[in-house]
Amino acid sequence: MSTTTTGILRVDALTMRFGGLLAVDAVSFEVPRGTITALIGPNGAGKTTVFNCITGFYRPTGGGVHLATHDGRDVVLNRLKDHNIARAGVARTFQNIRLFAGMTALENLLIAQHGPLHKATGFGIGALLGISGYKAAEAAAIDHAAGWLRAIGLLDRADDPAGSLPYGDQRRLEIARAMCTGPSLLCLDEPAAGLNPRESDDLAKLLLAIRDGTATSAAPTSILLIEHDMGIVMRISDHVVVLDHGRKIAEGRPAAIRQDPHVIAAYLGEAEEE
Amino acid sequence: MAFAAALRDAAKATAVAFGLFVVMVGLRTDVGPTGALFLRTRWPEVAMLCAAIFAARLAMGLWVMPRFMKAAGSSMSGPLARIGTFFGMGLLVVAVILPAIPGIERGQIDLAILVLTYIMLGWGLNIVVGLAGLLDLGYVAFYAVGAYSYALLAQYFGLSFWVCLPLAGILAAFWGILLGFPVLRLRGDYLAIVTLAFGEIIRIILLNWVDLTGGPNGISGIPRPTFFGLPFNMSGDPGTFAHFFGLEPSPTHRVVFLYYLILCLALLTNWVTIRIRRQPIGRAWEALREDEVACRALGINVTTTKLTAFALGAMFGGFAGAFFATRQAFISPESFTFIESAMILAIVVLGGLGSQLGVAVAAIVMIGGFELFRDLGEWRMLVFGAAMVVIMVLRPRGLVGSRTPTVALGRKRAIGAEFVGEGRG
Repeated sequence: MSTTTTGILRVDALTMRFGGLLAVDAVSFEVPRGTITALIGPNGAGKTTVFNCITGFYRPTGGGVHLATHDGRDVVLNRLKDHNIARAGVARTFQNIRLFAGMTALENLLIAQHGPLHKATGFGIGALLGISGYKAAEAAAIDHAAGWLRAIGLLDRADDPAGSLPYGDQRRLEIARAMCTGPSLLCLDEPAAGLNPRESDDLAKLLLAIRDGTATSAAPTSILLIEHDMGIVMRISDHVVVLDHGRKIAEGRPAAIRQDPHVIAAYLGEAEEE
Repeated sequence: MAFAAALRDAAKATAVAFGLFVVMVGLRTDVGPTGALFLRTRWPEVAMLCAAIFAARLAMGLWVMPRFMKAAGSSMSGPLARIGTFFGMGLLVVAVILPAIPGIERGQIDLAILVLTYIMLGWGLNIVVGLAGLLDLGYVAFYAVGAYSYALLAQYFGLSFWVCLPLAGILAAFWGILLGFPVLRLRGDYLAIVTLAFGEIIRIILLNWVDLTGGPNGISGIPRPTFFGLPFNMSGDPGTFAHFFGLEPSPTHRVVFLYYLILCLALLTNWVTIRIRRQPIGRAWEALREDEVACRALGINVTTTKLTAFALGAMFGGFAGAFFATRQAFISPESFTFIESAMILAIVVLGGLGSQLGVAVAAIVMIGGFELFRDLGEWRMLVFGAAMVVIMVLRPRGLVGSRTPTVALGRKRAIGAEFVGEGRG
């Protein structure tokens, strides 16, 4: 198989049951490498549940989630603990922003680089005694963070507490923070929620830049996003997966999805039994 | 408008006071000449108290409260942080030269040792509560583990203080991890209850394991520390501290030595905390306090991060405990009751979660003030409570509620208390 058709993420018959409620019913799809894939569907369709299964916040009842890492290994995500999923290369943002409000924008981005930095300190002990090459590692991490702050236009607010930033800036900062973990797949939970049209435009440009690897020196990154704003979905996504009542009802290019009778029925509530 | 509101408020306060004072002050049973009880009324006193409360409350409503509100509303963090640096330096200088200041007597140095012990405990607990945001109500358990570690190791194996000090720290850290494991999944109130129970369990074990710990009788005759092998005693024999340095034997030598010992231990705690705050692990602790879920999403291992906070905090508690044992030469479970935990936690909360200087000031004010007002007897508890209420009204996040960033592209600016999280688990 050529690399263009390999998926970076393969969701295989994913099932999630909460007691008697079947939230996700044997959903399978693939996120092709180097694309923006949108996961859409009406409220309660199970989008966020799928998301939480992928990022390890829920443990799925059945099925599997496979990630193809940078070096071509196949990692079964649903067997990992959540922090190890992040380390394997899946970064996420949250529907309601979860920044470290009392820490500066720069600190937020440094915490995202905790893994490599912590290693550089000799797990805390070396740096305490001042005998390790931590300074160089930290300088590099700050450079990396500054690059992302520049990319999201917040370089001049680097030393302000994240909680004091306007809403739209917080959204972009959370995306930058996720990107600072150096992921191969970026998962965004409703990134455009609550943004005004201009901020949405900026966000769309940022996401395209992340996909193409032009935002910073970081490598091109595949994106999986949940979004309600159809304008954004249709404009930037390369691939769309539609869920309804926990089932996948359609999958394909945005233009095709727009014409799909099942999708139109799900969204507009046309009764099919008529 | 403001006057009418203040008047109404004062009237309400007076009504409450009247209700209380009628029974507490107005009516009094006294023993009569025949030995029978009779009821004496003291209405003038009640009237005077009510009038005083009315006047005080009115004055407060008119002048004090508006100023409070303004002060609490405006952000004072910027200049305060700058003053704080100088203030901290000044405190340190005073602490270093304290025994040499003329007019300072043994009693005052003893008090300073006590204050420094609590500063050290406050700084140790600050790692767990202030930085990592894990509410620990059983911190005194680690203090006890440290104290008993030294006492028992010295009693049974004859180990010296300097060998036992690190061992006491390591043992306390071990118990910190042991406590940490079962409580990793707990947050907030639940965590507080379990740590509270842990503190009590340790105390009750010490109380009941009579064969090992002597139970309620405690352990006496704990060896005093030596100055690198030179004991402090009054004989003036060769091989004692006084003889070696050609000094007149004096009991002050040991007190001054103990003072500098605890000062060094406290400063070590401070140094380690300040250094580690700028390390990834310290930043991860603070991130954990701000948002645990986000930490997990960023690949931070929450388990080990919490455990290191517990272990490090416990280790400093253990050091302080070993110091306590050698200073007192006698320990019993009575020294490690819940009120000690509450006291240390109060120091951290009043000082400001995560603030080293705030904790030091709070310890000085609370422990120093507590001893200073010993003459007031039971009333000092009232003063103590009132002081706490005032601080919590004025500065709900403690004396120093702001937070200094660990790293900055430009100049480091203090982060206002309104943004900094308190931790929920």
